[in-house]
Order: sequence, then C-alpha cells, then structure tokens
Amino acid sequence: MSAVQSKPNRFQHERILVCRTRRVTVAAVRCGSLIALLVLTACQGVLDPQGPVGEADKTILIDSLAIMLAIVVPTIIATLGFAWWYRSSNTKAAYRPNFVYSGQLELIVWAIPLLTIMLLGGVAWVSSHDLDPANPLPSKQPPLTVQVVSLDWKWLFIYPDQHVGSVNQLVIPAGVPVHFELTSASVMNAFFIPQLGSMIYTMNGMRTQLNLSADAPGDFPGLSSHYSGDGFSTMHFDVKAVPAEQFTAWVNATRQTGSTLTQQSYPDLAKQSLSVAPFTYRDVAPDLFQKIVSQALPPGPGPVNEVSAGANSRAGQ
Amino acid sequence: MSAAQGTAERGPYPIGHDATEHREPHAEHAERGVVSKRIIVGYGFWIFLLSDIVMFSAFFATYAVLSDATAGGPSGKDLFHLNTVAIETACLLLSSFTCGVASIGARAHNDLMYYGAMAVTAIFGAGFLSLEIHEFAGMVAIGAGPSRSAFLSAFFTLVGCHGLHVTLGLMWLLTMMAQVFAKGYRADILRRVLCFSLFWHTLDIIWIAIFTVVYLMGAAQ
Amino acid sequence: MLGKLTWAAIPFDQPIPLFAGAIVGVILLAILIYIALKGWIPYLWREWITSVDHKRIGVMYIFLAGVMLLRGFSDAIMMRSQQALAFHSEGYLPPDHYDQIFSAHGTLMIFFVAMPFVIGLMNVVVPLQLGVRDVAFPTLNSVSFWLTATGALLVNVSLVVGEFARTGWLPFPPLSELRYSPGVGVDYYLWSLQISGVGTLLTGVNFVTTILKIHAPGMTYMRMPVFCWTALAANLLIVAAFPILTATLAMLILDRYLGFHFFTNDAGGNLMIFMNLIWAWGHPEVYILILPAFGVFSEVVSTFSRKPLFGYRSMVIATMAICIIAFMVWLHHFFTMGAGADVNAVFGIASMIIAVPTGVKIYNWLFTMYGGRIVYATPMLWSIGFMITFIIGGMTGVLFAVPPADFLLHNSLFLVAHFHNVIIGGVLFGAFAGYTFWFPKAFGFRLHEGLGKAAFWCWFIGFYLAFVPLYVLGLLGMTRRMQHYDVPAWHPWTLVAFVGAVAILVGIIFQIAQLVVSFRHREELRDLTGDPWDGRSLEWSTASPPPAFNFAVLPNVEGGDAYWTIKQRVLEQQTLAAEPEYEDIEVPRNSATGFICAFFATFMGFALIWYIWWLVAVGFVGAFVTFVAFAWRDRTEDVIPADEVARIDRINRSARSAALAQMQPAE
Repeated sequence: MSAVQSKPNRFQHERILVCRTRRVTVAAVRCGSLIALLVLTACQGVLDPQGPVGEADKTILIDSLAIMLAIVVPTIIATLGFAWWYRSSNTKAAYRPNFVYSGQLELIVWAIPLLTIMLLGGVAWVSSHDLDPANPLPSKQPPLTVQVVSLDWKWLFIYPDQHVGSVNQLVIPAGVPVHFELTSASVMNAFFIPQLGSMIYTMNGMRTQLNLSADAPGDFPGLSSHYSGDGFSTMHFDVKAVPAEQFTAWVNATRQTGSTLTQQSYPDLAKQSLSVAPFTYRDVAPDLFQKIVSQALPPGPGPVNEVSAGANSRAGQ
Repeated sequence: MSAAQGTAERGPYPIGHDATEHREPHAEHAERGVVSKRIIVGYGFWIFLLSDIVMFSAFFATYAVLSDATAGGPSGKDLFHLNTVAIETACLLLSSFTCGVASIGARAHNDLMYYGAMAVTAIFGAGFLSLEIHEFAGMVAIGAGPSRSAFLSAFFTLVGCHGLHVTLGLMWLLTMMAQVFAKGYRADILRRVLCFSLFWHTLDIIWIAIFTVVYLMGAAQ
Repeated sequence: MLGKLTWAAIPFDQPIPLFAGAIVGVILLAILIYIALKGWIPYLWREWITSVDHKRIGVMYIFLAGVMLLRGFSDAIMMRSQQALAFHSEGYLPPDHYDQIFSAHGTLMIFFVAMPFVIGLMNVVVPLQLGVRDVAFPTLNSVSFWLTATGALLVNVSLVVGEFARTGWLPFPPLSELRYSPGVGVDYYLWSLQISGVGTLLTGVNFVTTILKIHAPGMTYMRMPVFCWTALAANLLIVAAFPILTATLAMLILDRYLGFHFFTNDAGGNLMIFMNLIWAWGHPEVYILILPAFGVFSEVVSTFSRKPLFGYRSMVIATMAICIIAFMVWLHHFFTMGAGADVNAVFGIASMIIAVPTGVKIYNWLFTMYGGRIVYATPMLWSIGFMITFIIGGMTGVLFAVPPADFLLHNSLFLVAHFHNVIIGGVLFGAFAGYTFWFPKAFGFRLHEGLGKAAFWCWFIGFYLAFVPLYVLGLLGMTRRMQHYDVPAWHPWTLVAFVGAVAILVGIIFQIAQLVVSFRHREELRDLTGDPWDGRSLEWSTASPPPAFNFAVLPNVEGGDAYWTIKQRVLEQQTLAAEPEYEDIEVPRNSATGFICAFFATFMGFALIWYIWWLVAVGFVGAFVTFVAFAWRDRTEDVIPADEVARIDRINRSARSAALAQMQPAE
C-alpha cells in the first residue's frame, strides 16, 4: 500500500474506498457464484428437472434471466459508477448542470428496453405455445390418464383406465407421458411437482389439464402451491416414477387391498382432514371424477368443527 | 349572507394564464387569474361520476359473464316484462328532463320552476323506484330471487345498485329542496344543485345501458 | 341485541393476541391520559383532528403509516421466526394463527402502510409544488384521512375481538365464502377495506382535480415538477381502479351476507370472475404505490445531483405510459389458471412492455447523476439503494411475465421475494427518501443525518439478507404461506431470512431513535430559511413549516424548476425581490366532519361485521346527518388579514436575507 502513502491525503480516502470497493465486489461475486452453485445443484427444486416439461421450463427461465442480466448488470454497474464518480468531492468529474436533454441518448434509452422486450416477447410467445399445460407430450408411448382431485387437505388420484385410486401418493410409469385432468372438491388449489415442471390450478366445477412426464424412475415431492386453508401445509404428496412393469405390478397389488371409492364413500373423504397418510382404493366408481366436476357430487362441506375450542365462538358462530 | 356569498363566489385558488398580461419580468408575486369554484367543483364531481361508471362497468362485466349461469333456474327471457321496463325508462327520461328544468330554475332563482320541477323529478324517480321494487318483489316471490342462481345475483346487483343510486339521489334531491328553502339560491348551494343534476343525468345514462344490455338483450335470447 | 358478539370473541384462551392486545391497549391508554393531563386535547382537536390543511393531513397519514408499519412488521418477524423454527416441528404459531398473521401482514402493509405513506407525501408536497394554497376539496381530504384511519382501526380491533381473515391479503373465493370461512375474519377484512376504499377514492378525485385545475400563475403542465406528474398518474389510477375493488368486495359481501352466488361453488358462481376483477384492481394498485415513489426519486436525485432532471419530457411520457399500460396486464397474476397459450402470451408481452417506460426512468435518473455534483445526504442514499434494488426486482418481475417461467415459480417464495423486492426496494425506499427529504419542510427542523444513514444501511443490508434466501427457496420448490415443512434443504435459508428480518428491525429502531434525537435537538437542527437542501421546486420557497396559507402571494412561475430560477436571480442580485403587496387571504375553515363521519363509520363497520343491525342503522344515519350538517354551515372560510400575512412572511424574508450573505449563485 505504499502507493497510497505517497499520494496527498486528499485522495487517500478515495483510494482506500476504491480498494475496498474492489475487494467487496470480488467477495460479492464469489458469494454469488457459491450461492448459484448451491442452487443449481439443489436437490429437488425447479432447477433440477427430471422430465421434459421441467427441462423446457427451466431452459426458458435461465434464458430469460440471461437476456435480462445482459442489460441489468451493466445498468447496476453504471449506477454505482456514476454515483461514485460524480460525488461532489471528486473535482476531476466534469460538472454539467445544463446536460438535461440529448436526442441520441433518448433514442438509446428507449431502444435498449424496447429491443430487450421484443426479444423476450418472442421467447414468451413461442414458449407459451410450446409449453401450454394442455399440450400433449410427443411420445411413442400412449399417455396415461390420471384424474386429480384436490380436497381439504389431501390429494386424490384416480386412474380411470386402471380403476384404482390413491390418496397423497402418485405412482406413474417412467418415460410415459401422463395426461392429468384436474378439479377441486372445494376451494382452489394448485397441483405442483417442482421437478417435473409446470403447475396448474384446480377449481371446483371446472376441469383443468396438464401433461407431464418423468424421464427416469425416481421419487419426487409434490405439493399444493396455492394456499387453501389451515391444513394447507400438510397437503404434500409423494410422486414415484417406476419402470413400466413395476407400475403394472403396483396397479395389480392395489386392486387386491383397500376400500372402494364410490358416491357413498366419497363424502367422507371430502370432509376436512390434515396430515393424511398415503393410502389406496382398490376400486373407484367410473364416473366419480365427472360427477365431482359437474357438481353432481356437491362440493366439500368446509369446517364443521373448528380447530380450537375458543375459535368457534370467536368466529361469531 | 353577503360575506358568505362573497367568499363562496371568488375562490382563493387562482389559476392564470391572465397573469402574463401585467406582470413585471422580475416580480415574485402573482397576478390573479381566476378559475371559479363552480368549475372546480363541477370538474371534481365529473371525475367522481367517472369513477362511479367504472364501478358499474365491473358489475356489467360480471353480469355479462354470468348471464348464462342460470343453474337450471329462470333466465331473463322468462322473467323480464318489457312493458314495465319501458314505463320505468320513460319515468327516468322524463325525470331527467324535469331535472334540467329545475337546474334552469335554480340559476334563474325562480321558485316555481325550481321547486316545481324538483318535485316532479322526485315523483318520476319515486315512480321508477316503486316499479323496480315491485319487479324485484315479484321475482323473489316466485323463487327467482338473487340467491337462486349466479345470473340472478348479477342481475339483482347491477340493477339494484342503480336503484340504490336512484334512492340516494332522491334523498339528495329532497335535501337540495330543503337547502334552497332554508338558505336561498346561494352560490355554494347552486354548485350542489349542479352536482345533483350531473348525478341524476348520469343515472339516466347508466339506465340506458342497463335497459339495453340486461333487458333488451336478455329478452331477445 | 349484540348480534353475533359474545364474550367468547375475546381470545382469553390464546396468549399471543391476548397479551399483544393488552400491551397495546395499556400503551394507548397511557398516551391518552398523558395527553389529557398535559392539556393538549384542545390543541390536538383544533390543529390536527379537525384540520383541513393538506400539510397537517399529510403528516397524519404518514404517522398512521408509521404506526401500522410497526404492527405489520411485527407480523413479518413472527412469520420469519415461525418458518425458521417450523422444520419438522409445528413452530409456535398454530395454523389458524399463522394464517391470520400473514393475511394481516399483507393487508396492513399494502392498505395501511404503503398507501397512506404515499398519499401522505402527496398531500404534504403537491399543493406546495404547484404553488397553491390547498387541494381542491380540503374538507373531503380530511374525510378521506379519517375513513382510512377507520379501516386501520377495524383491522387492529380484529386482533382482540374476533379474528382476522385467514385467506391471504386477497380473499380468493371459494375459500373466502361463508362455507369455507364461516367466521367474522373475512368480514373484518371486507368492511375495513370498503370503508377506507371510499376515503382513497375521494383522495383520487381530489388530487386529479387539484393537479389538473389549480396551479400558480405560469405553472403550465410541462413546468410541473415530476412528482406532481407521478401524483397525477397515481391518482388517475385510483379513480379508475378503486371502484373495481369496491364492486368486487361488494359482490363478496353480498355472497356472504345475503346468500348471493357470484363466486360460490354452487348455483353457477364462478371464482374466475373474482380473480379477474380483483387483479384488474390489484395490478393498477401496485402502480399507484410505485409511481409517487418514482416521483420522489426524480425530485431527490435532481436536487442532490445539483442538476435539473434529465429528460423531463420523456419522464412525463413514461409516467403516463405506465399509467395506461397498468390496466392491460392483470392476467399475469394467474397464468396458471389455464387460459390458454394465446391469452397467456398476450398478457405476458403486455407485462413486459411496461418495463420499457420503467427502464427509461432509470436511465433518466442515471443521466441526471451524470455530470452532477452528488451530495450523499440520507435521501440520496435511499435513492441509490432503490435504483439497484428495484432493477433486480423489476427483472424478476419480467421473468414472471414469461408464462413457462411462471409455471415453475408462481406462488412460490420466489414470487414473495420479487414483490417485496419492488415494494420495499421501490415503494418503501421511496417513502423513506421522501420522508427524510421533506421532513424539515413539514416540521421546521432537520432529521439527524448519522442515525438516518445507519437506518438506511440496516434496511438495505437487512433487505438482502431477508429476501435473497427467499429467491433461493422459491427455486428450491418452497411455496408461500407454509406454516411448517420438513425439507432439510430449506431450513438454513429460512434462518438467514430471519436474521435479515432482525437487521431490518434494527433499522426501524434507528429510525425511531432518529425521530426522538432529532426532536430533542431540534433547535440545533432548525431549518431557518425553509430551504435546507438547496432545493429546486416551489415548496422550498416557503418557510419551514409553511404557514396555513402556504404562500403569502402566489409565485409567478417562469419555467421548470421554478424555485431554482427565482433563487439564481436572487443570488445574482444579492437581494430578495421586492416585498409583495399583501392582501387578505381566505383559508378553509376547520371541520369536524371527517372525524365524526369516521366515528360513525367505525361503529357501522363493526356492527356490520357482528350482525348488530340496529347499530348499523344508527351509524349510517349518523354519517348521513353529519354530511347534511356540514352542508348546512354558512361560513366556509376564515380570513387572515393582510397585516398578519405580512407579519408571518416578513419573518421568513428576514431569515432568508440573513442567509443570503453566505450563499453563492450556482455556476
């Protein structure tokens, strides 16, 4: 630091500031990369996709981010740069009190965001069409249909072609496109398997669609990503992608044990319950899902007994 | 009264392009151009009316989306009696006319014109309301009330909101008659009469939209 | 007799709200008794509660915002601590508490912190910057404030009487319908917002009329400070958007109270209408919050760079463009509803387009700094902090505008980080910049700089510590509003986020300390001339605080940066302009209308929530009678005689003459 000592005092302060700023910047970049590394290798997040939809979504996300960072990073650097260089104690900086308009600068200043947005807009248009949740996935395999019903506070999965059902556990064959038809028994929810890709809302009286697929066998977490009441945090489910034979075996085994889900036993399931351990149904009435969608089976009843004794009266009932 | 009149007429808030006429180049103080309070109040009330129209737009949009959601119950075609609606429309349109006459009477400080026209406006308004209440009661009686279906909820809310505005308008009308009776044709009271008449005319415009979108289009299904 | 209200409504069995309520109640009572014993009640009634002066009303708005910030922040730190603790554990907040806390946090912060803060700043500053005496409708202004306060009061009462909504800050049906939320919580939410919504709408009407119709002579539209332009845009948005909120909440009220079927699951109701309507309001709402903040930055950056704002005209165009496009993007809040690729893509592109005028503004501020001589007072620190932080937040926003990215990140903590990024980094930093910038004008003494800077750094660092982990958590798949979880990878990040919240707490403590210390040392910090920052716009030409009539004689405006031009001439001539001819000035009379109306509105709201129908009628009649009584008064203005005006003005003139000797004209 001898260079610092030989300079006049007036500039010492600013020199130290520059050095410190450089060191801080380097540290920040190192931290940032570390964080990014952690995140990228993160277990079971959206940046660790295990299916084609998730892969494509992630690519769009990273690409969009990269396009914007190309503008954002220089702008932030310019902000810090101007803020530091034009500080009032810097006599080397030119003071231009009349610099209030420049046509060329205006052109650039409007053009940069505009061009960025045009590029990004193109990305948005194309990707929205490519990755629309209702688009069937290209595959040699015929799709598996799974009907999904969000209840308070658990997930019901119906396999209409296999005539079985499962609660809080989704077993699917790996490498096969799954076509989900979704509805809700009561309030709005959102069906989300972060590592397989896009989420979609579930709404009572309506049927939404989603197409996902797992590349290879594995276990993935699934959850509801739309708050739906007091039991919302317990509304997660396990997704098991298994080889095709194992899937058939699972279906056959499920058909042997467990109760049946019919119009009569459904209202019990629709009552509010928390932290439901996964279980299966060996048979599901064939038109059950359709009846839930069309509201032939009425929507879930909502709270009958409040969680805390006092809450009942405090709620003004 | 004169002091109040004086303060009420000349606003303390000048605005002025007139200022340029006799201003010295280096004067720090202002010349007074005047935008009258009447203009300010009228302008502000127009902005408020525009916001009210936005609120009605939300109800209109909801009605449009829900117009088919009859849940197996009666639809507009089954329920609307266009004859009644035609009389209601006539009531409102005529009341708008008489409201205009009342405005003229107020500015002319003509008691007969003002009180007379306001009274007739009130009668037409009340007539409109009674027909509407009768229509609503009839629908509720045959089980076509607002809790029957989403369509009916939207109908009762949109048309009812307009009716609520008419009711509030009638209350305002009576207040304005009382105010003129108590205090005469003072400038600030005239400004309120102006606002009231703007309000009343706007209700008429909204009724035209309701009449078209709800009744005419509903009955034509 | 008392509707649904019983003793069971008070949470005797729940220690946290019980103690919180008790402590707050005791503190409020103590303050009230202290004020009464000191004999300040007549002063408060005369000078503040019944005041229709925009400066007083603005200060009261900001005071309300500050107090509600403390409540909203307590909710925040409870949420952060719960999430830090609730790994393989239930934490200390059971679900029904936690759900009320995050709902209250969002509701309070948006409606009773951010809105009052920006409206307060606009109240204090806009008439002064326009060179006029008050807003178009001063008494209505008071009504607006007191109705807003009523809303805030009702939300806080829900802590101790009954419960608050458990639906999140926007009550999506069918969860918010009677069947799934049978308690009074959603009703508290609905009525407090309906009542304060009326106040906000009236503010919108008031300011649109003021800014478009009431100017000092020579103040054409293109000479108005940019803060006035952004205030205009924000208030146009209020006028156009708040009625949608009123209508939508009214429909939910009708569903809950009268069995209507707008959004119910059965009888044809459709929750998608609610989503569309509420976000058709909700998106303009966030622009209502951010535009005045942008205006603050325009003022602060140009003042402390000692340069006029770069690109005034394009700033105006950008502001009005944002105002208009704000209405065209609402569907981006529910891309995952399944509207189809065409619809999603169109709204996505529209949402990106709004980034263009915003980017233009950032570059204009950048080039205002270019060639400047920047002084790093606290307001400028907040502005630089804003520029960096808001750019990042805006970027993540545009990321969300790409539907497939949204399909992965919707409703996750990434979303939470994004909107806090823009609201804290944008709105709150702007509010604090405005607060520290205009505090001397409002109160006559400056704020302690050191504590202000300390507060800034705590907030800045605390913000990043609290919210960068949330970005990471969103990418790790954690959704929002989780009361507990068992994913190990998430836990360390929630701990860091909690530390960030604590850092922000320290920042808030510094801000409170700053107020106390500055008040104690107010004589040393006294602003004698009214122009502590060497300002550019007309508010700096008045005394600090300005007299009731603002300007002894309305200034003559000759160009943009109106006061700067006047000042340079005075500095060259080394003498103030000649004393003007003083005349009598009329100022609007104080009125208790606002306070009394709000009093009745509070009871009416409370009664509606608890189904106490006779009290509803009483409240309604009371409010109506108050308005009629107000309409019945004969004297609407007081006159300040010319000699009094002269006396007051001469004090300021002599202070300025004394300071003149030490000042040099700008180069």
